[in-house]
Amino acid sequence: MRKVLIIFAHPALERSRVNRALIEAAAGVEGVRVHDLYQAYPDFDIDVPFEQRLLEAHGVVVLQHPFFWYSAPAILKQWQDLVLEHGWAYGHAGTALKGKWTLNAITAGGGEDSYRREGGNRFEIGELLAPFEATARLCGMIWLPPFVVHGTHRLGDAEIDAHAGDYRRLLIGLRDGAVDAAAARRWPRLNMDLAAVLGG
Amino acid sequence: MHGEGFFYQAFVYLLAAVVSVPIAKRLGLGSVLGYLLAGIAIGPWGLRLVGEEGADVLHFAEFGVVMMLFLIGLELQPSLLWRLRVPIVGLGGLQVGVTALTLTAVAVALGLPWNAGLAVGLILALSSTAIVLQTLEEKGLLKTDAGQSAFSVLLFQDIAVIPMLAVLPLLAVGETRATASGGTSWIDGLPPVAKTLVVLAAVVAIVVGGRYLTRPAFRFIARARLRELFTAAALLLVIAIALLMSRVGLSPALGTFLAGVVLANSEYRHELEGDIEPFKGLLLGLFFIAVGASVDFGLVASRPAVVAGLVAALLATKFGVLLVLGRAFGMGTDQNLLFSFALAQGGEFAFVLFSFASQHGVLPVSVTGPLVAVVALSMALTPLVMLVHERLVAPRIGRREGEAREPDAITGSSQVIIAGYGRVGSVIGRLLAANGISATVLDHDSDHVELLRRFGQRVFYGDASRHDLLEAAGAGSARVLVIAIDDPDKILQIVETAHRYYPHLQVLARAVSRTHAYELLDAGVELVYRENLDTSLQMGVDVMRAMGVRAYEAGRRSRLFRRHDELGLRELAAMREDRPAYIRRARQQLEELERILTADRLEADEQRDAAWDTRTLREEMAGGAER
Repeated sequence: MRKVLIIFAHPALERSRVNRALIEAAAGVEGVRVHDLYQAYPDFDIDVPFEQRLLEAHGVVVLQHPFFWYSAPAILKQWQDLVLEHGWAYGHAGTALKGKWTLNAITAGGGEDSYRREGGNRFEIGELLAPFEATARLCGMIWLPPFVVHGTHRLGDAEIDAHAGDYRRLLIGLRDGAVDAAAARRWPRLNMDLAAVLGG
Repeated sequence: MHGEGFFYQAFVYLLAAVVSVPIAKRLGLGSVLGYLLAGIAIGPWGLRLVGEEGADVLHFAEFGVVMMLFLIGLELQPSLLWRLRVPIVGLGGLQVGVTALTLTAVAVALGLPWNAGLAVGLILALSSTAIVLQTLEEKGLLKTDAGQSAFSVLLFQDIAVIPMLAVLPLLAVGETRATASGGTSWIDGLPPVAKTLVVLAAVVAIVVGGRYLTRPAFRFIARARLRELFTAAALLLVIAIALLMSRVGLSPALGTFLAGVVLANSEYRHELEGDIEPFKGLLLGLFFIAVGASVDFGLVASRPAVVAGLVAALLATKFGVLLVLGRAFGMGTDQNLLFSFALAQGGEFAFVLFSFASQHGVLPVSVTGPLVAVVALSMALTPLVMLVHERLVAPRIGRREGEAREPDAITGSSQVIIAGYGRVGSVIGRLLAANGISATVLDHDSDHVELLRRFGQRVFYGDASRHDLLEAAGAGSARVLVIAIDDPDKILQIVETAHRYYPHLQVLARAVSRTHAYELLDAGVELVYRENLDTSLQMGVDVMRAMGVRAYEAGRRSRLFRRHDELGLRELAAMREDRPAYIRRARQQLEELERILTADRLEADEQRDAAWDTRTLREEMAGGAER
């Protein structure tokens, strides 16, 4: 069993239907820990030793956040800046994260079609996530395509429930080693064909 | 000797209550049944510890009902009363009317003349306010649909007693012996129009007096800062209204209820509740014991089948009528059953009205004697009937869907209680109000309360260290208690009260000094707030900025300092215990200061944001790193 750590960042969770549903779906799963950054550090003073111990104790790190301005809310950047220390996460002696899996779980207002060359957002999600992928690479982590919920403003309750169910299945699959990282990289996002990703 | 007799009586009644009520509660029977059983046990047919004076005690203890209605009035905003007008007049009126007519028919069929039958029907239509409300409240059912409907009906019945007293003498046959009774009333020899005017004047006096006179009066009394004086004033108010009402021929219960409603919006509401509550509880208990003691088991034993049959007929008839009316007023089956079971007994007013009726020659004693026993038995059976309903009937009907609806309808209490509304509490209250979180505020400076209420704040006068006042402020159902007063001993006292009676409450306490913070931590409070810490730190931050430290860095430094200081506070609080007692206070303070300073130096070395310091990275690059 691989323990899963969800580093979660949303400054106004009370206003986000989709992230709330995803977090609730993840919360009860055994072997999955949800760590809510805005709840833990309302003043952005991140407890670095605590965060590093937490990362060391888990095998899969999921960064869950809304796709604000093609990136993450500010605290996640603060978290990266402070926690991923030289000599711990990278550099000669920095091997604490080596071999751990990582992926982003994001919610985006735009539809899938808008994240294309010819679409309104011009770039694909995978391209926009390049800084996260590069960070993972530098830390020796195994990078997976993201779990993406598109078009959040237009989703009905039933669709949100379906996404939450997918998220839960993915987390359980990651925990139980049902995901083949190399095979999963064929998909631009893991929930494009979840059954295939989960080895079905 | 007279005094000794009184103490003996008090001893017997109190002992009976103290022994039997906890046992009854442990057995799940509720306090009312416990009191009734205690009464039966000490009564003439039990251990014979009390005899004839039981009836006098009953009359005295009826004052408990008066107090109960005052307290109910206090919890009823006039707006809520207005919302209940349909159930009060419609449901209550129909219950009294239909039940009275049905019971009259039963009485006539059993051989009474029509006028005696009507008298019996009217008297038996009433239910027991004391037993029903006490039982429903104890079971937490007062705010359900059924509870609200039962309350409405009982209120109408209390009002209906007044015309009944007027109508009963008219039903007399033959000569009337009544002219001598009721000599205490002021309005006896007056013509009807003047009578009406006097009654109206009394009601207006209560409403106007309650609205405009009580506040300055209570404020004046509160300034004396003597707790017992306020209790005396509260009792005086209730007794004065009760006296006034009986003098003009109205029900004292109704008068105090009215006064309660008038005072429901007053800042003294919780204090009044806290003061009257124990008296009400004791008197009601006494009343139930007296009811138990007054059941004439001799009569019951001589004609057991007749009495049992009458009790059954009374309960069945009233239950049937209530069930039909409840359905007609759209109650769900479960709520309707609860409502009907609750109100099926005869009431305490029946005792008064039966003796009134026999005085006026409406009913012979041969009829009232057994009927008084029937009413008392039906009252004594009510808690049992409710128990049967709760255990056997309700589980088969399904859940009470009405229970969750309108949880705060009667009390309107908040989830947050703020004790003390001075410099600290008022900021908390304003922050919460600005964000739509309502709080019940208690403050014991009457001038302050007056001022705040003028600005529309929901502030109540009272001393929050009192258990009864916290109870009245809704501590039983609140989630958070903020203690923001400035008296360190009082704060500890409130903490102790809250921990003992309301362990579910999250307590946030103001600490006026470091030593006080230790004491609060020792007392088991987790959320302790030193009142000047944040201001001092903010000033320190601004000094650092003035010295050229960048703003973000200064802020982080102060928050780091604060975290370590909080940790240090907790460590020192634990350490304090071990210190030998002989060390002098001054030395102790000095050592503590030294420890605090040492701790500060240690934490200054700690680097929590090393990632922003690129020293190690530069060294690695200089050492020929391949990246």
